Amino acid sequence: MTNESESHITRRTVLVGIAGVTALGTAPLLARRAEATPEMMKAAIHRVIGEAPVRKGKVTLDIPPLVENGNTIAMSVSVDSPMTETNYVKAIHVFNEKNPQPDIISVHLGPRAGKAAFSTRIRLADSQNVVAIAELSDGSLWSDTVEVIVTIAACLEYN
Amino acid sequence: MARTLINVPPKAKRGQIIEIKTLISHVMETGYRRNETGAPIPRDIINLFVCTYNGTEIFRADLHQAIAANPFITFFTVATESGTLEFRWTDDNGQVETASAKIAVE
Repeated sequence: MTNESESHITRRTVLVGIAGVTALGTAPLLARRAEATPEMMKAAIHRVIGEAPVRKGKVTLDIPPLVENGNTIAMSVSVDSPMTETNYVKAIHVFNEKNPQPDIISVHLGPRAGKAAFSTRIRLADSQNVVAIAELSDGSLWSDTVEVIVTIAACLEYN
Repeated sequence: MARTLINVPPKAKRGQIIEIKTLISHVMETGYRRNETGAPIPRDIINLFVCTYNGTEIFRADLHQAIAANPFITFFTVATESGTLEFRWTDDNGQVETASAKIAVE
């Protein structure tokens, strides 16, 4: 005991030291995380579709609510539309809140699609809301939002 | 550039809605990762996918970094006439990969 107090290495100093090193180690990692924000998503939505009002409905965004690996997440979007020459879905845009970039995909369709739906696989950097917006031939906009919980995030690995 | 896999039904009835599945092998490098020396790995993603049916565009997708590696896209079209569906992927380096599939419509 006497030896330990003379050299000033106590259990407490060791623990404080470890805590300090850990904090220093994680701080730059957190600072490096370039992250979009819900505001950036709103800005991206305005850039793509303009300021027109978006109503909820008609669109079904299908993503599992809880995903283990953010690097590949199956996503499908479908829109309730007859897909005729006069009434069809022109485009479907998908956005996220917290990836480094707010855009995910923009799909352009026409009456020849027959069915306004597509599916793909996406990456999500964090648990967040994903928004799908459909642009109809009459100019109206419809959306659906899904909250996704991601346990292993994409975009953050550094080889 | 890359390997592709296309699934189009070989035969369909006129007016039938068919599902088309496409897959291409591509890293879809986001530009946010770093290599072992800490240098950023430059962005390299497929940013455009287009499908044409006998020369008419029926589906187009603008892809971003949030699309997973080896982009897999499925979509639908109405079988209007016999012919060829052509698929075209373009990446950040301007490289283009194409594939095609024939369909017989009765």
